[in-house]
Amino acid sequence: MSEYKGVMVLGEITEGKLAPITIELLGIGRRLANDLGEELSLLLMGGKAGVLAREAIAYGANKVYVAEDSLFDEYNSDTYTQWISNFCQKTMPSILLIGHTDIGCDLAPRLNGRLRGGLAMDAVNLSIDPSTKLLVSTRPIFGGNAYAKVVSRFARPQMATVRTKIFPPAERDDSRQGEIVSVAEKVDPSIIKAKVIDRIKEEFEGVKLEDAEVIVSGGHGIGSAKNFELLWELARLLGGTVGATRRACDEGWVPVTRQIGQSGKVVSPKLYIAVALSGAMSHIVGCLGSKCIVAINKDPEANIFNVAHFGIVADYKEVLPVLIEKFKEQRSP
Amino acid sequence: MHTIVCIKQVPDPEIPPAKFKIDPVAKKVIPPPGVPPVISVYDERAVEAACRLKDKHKGKITVLSLGSEKATDVVRHAISMGADEGYVLQDEAFENLDSFGTAYVLGKAIQKIGGYDLILCGRQAADWGAGQVGSILAEILGLPIITLACDIQVEDKKLKIKRILKDGFEIVEAPTPAVATVSSEIGLPRLPAGVALMLARRKQIPIWKAKDIGADLSELDPSKVHTEITEIFIPTRERKCEMIPGATPAEVATNLVSKLVKLI
Repeated sequence: MSEYKGVMVLGEITEGKLAPITIELLGIGRRLANDLGEELSLLLMGGKAGVLAREAIAYGANKVYVAEDSLFDEYNSDTYTQWISNFCQKTMPSILLIGHTDIGCDLAPRLNGRLRGGLAMDAVNLSIDPSTKLLVSTRPIFGGNAYAKVVSRFARPQMATVRTKIFPPAERDDSRQGEIVSVAEKVDPSIIKAKVIDRIKEEFEGVKLEDAEVIVSGGHGIGSAKNFELLWELARLLGGTVGATRRACDEGWVPVTRQIGQSGKVVSPKLYIAVALSGAMSHIVGCLGSKCIVAINKDPEANIFNVAHFGIVADYKEVLPVLIEKFKEQRSP
Repeated sequence: MHTIVCIKQVPDPEIPPAKFKIDPVAKKVIPPPGVPPVISVYDERAVEAACRLKDKHKGKITVLSLGSEKATDVVRHAISMGADEGYVLQDEAFENLDSFGTAYVLGKAIQKIGGYDLILCGRQAADWGAGQVGSILAEILGLPIITLACDIQVEDKKLKIKRILKDGFEIVEAPTPAVATVSSEIGLPRLPAGVALMLARRKQIPIWKAKDIGADLSELDPSKVHTEITEIFIPTRERKCEMIPGATPAEVATNLVSKLVKLI
């Protein structure tokens, strides 16, 4: 297995730039490569991938593989799996890091199936075991109630999809030197079986959940779609937006694109107001990064109080209207 | 239209976190006493997706569950929802498998059943949640895979699947047979009728062993394991929640606003 060497990052390009997750992966990838005393490389795919190679070196890559083919500009599971698995069989990285993004979530497990490697999905921490030199990936299990450390002793590459915004972005240093390798192999479009025929962007009212500084989030205890209007009123007043738990989305009270938690979005606003939600771990993992969590719940034993900074034990229907009034007063002195 | 759905029995994920206990030495989760295990939430949605296809196109649903003999409970649950046949895959050799081992065993059983148009799995299990079995299964069977499906339509042997993206959806077209993993956005699973529950209870659920599906035990050898868990732990949270005082809702609200003023 010693023929497998180095840490490779699978790059993503959004709107012609290195995606934030790619810069984060170069940061943690650099650290892992240093711990191993091995090289950090980056794979960039896309019609205009080459122009980003210098920048990637400044972010810490020793080597940037550039596959310039406009067929890569739109992600396709069939072509990406085929091409990247061929590429990895030639380059033989010991560690392959992929973002836990739309592309990564679809690609990584399939690529792993093809390469017969060892994959940990949704890693929130990565390190090198000092004695075995193996990659140790920490990932949530049981809906975030616990975490597991996963290693791959026998299979290569050791792979992980890494959650976004967990690791700080790599520091840019334009004096860094590196190698740019152009990869000539083209994609064979005839292997495409599953084809994307349409892409629909969800129109969001107000700010996007991921960008919001204030989120007012409701759970099953809200009781109806109509009752969510109260949450909207508070959110708008504070320049924020509304989120919800899986159960509230399941009921159809809130669109599923507003779901926060393990199978929804991971958010980290300045203020997270959790209303009438018990705080199932699968929800909490989606909002734990918030600067301040306020919990409003009738049940003093609700788990949300274990993670909140401020708590109010009360019926939200009594508290929210006065809270809205008080915020209004405070805003217009 | 023949759909095969792979389902898993898991400890009830809705238990309060305070009741969630682990055995760090055995690297196992201790099932809460008195709480019966359930069908994994995404797998139940996969059964629902299969039932919707059957409502529309007729045909047949077969469910498979790799687990203990008790997994007959979740197979019966799927049958009460509308599945026609079900099998439990149980063998000493099937214990403690990783995603590759699980996909291998499911693949063997699926090859034995044969004659399918679509294979559905949940997007990930509600317990260990590795999120890989559907994709590896597709690779083993050489089939296309569409992950995170929230709507599945079939027309002229062609699948049209709506899948979830971070900020929207996309529509993927694929030939059958194919594998799809189902996400919770597909909507709530149906509640079985009383008669269906009764009939499901009487249904024979065969238990298939390694030899029944022709599984090569050397494929499941622990030395071939792709991933291993070296440690499990419950994160400690030392946050202390400050309860906002106040005799009336107005007082509480005033006190909270004064706490949050600096923040927003």
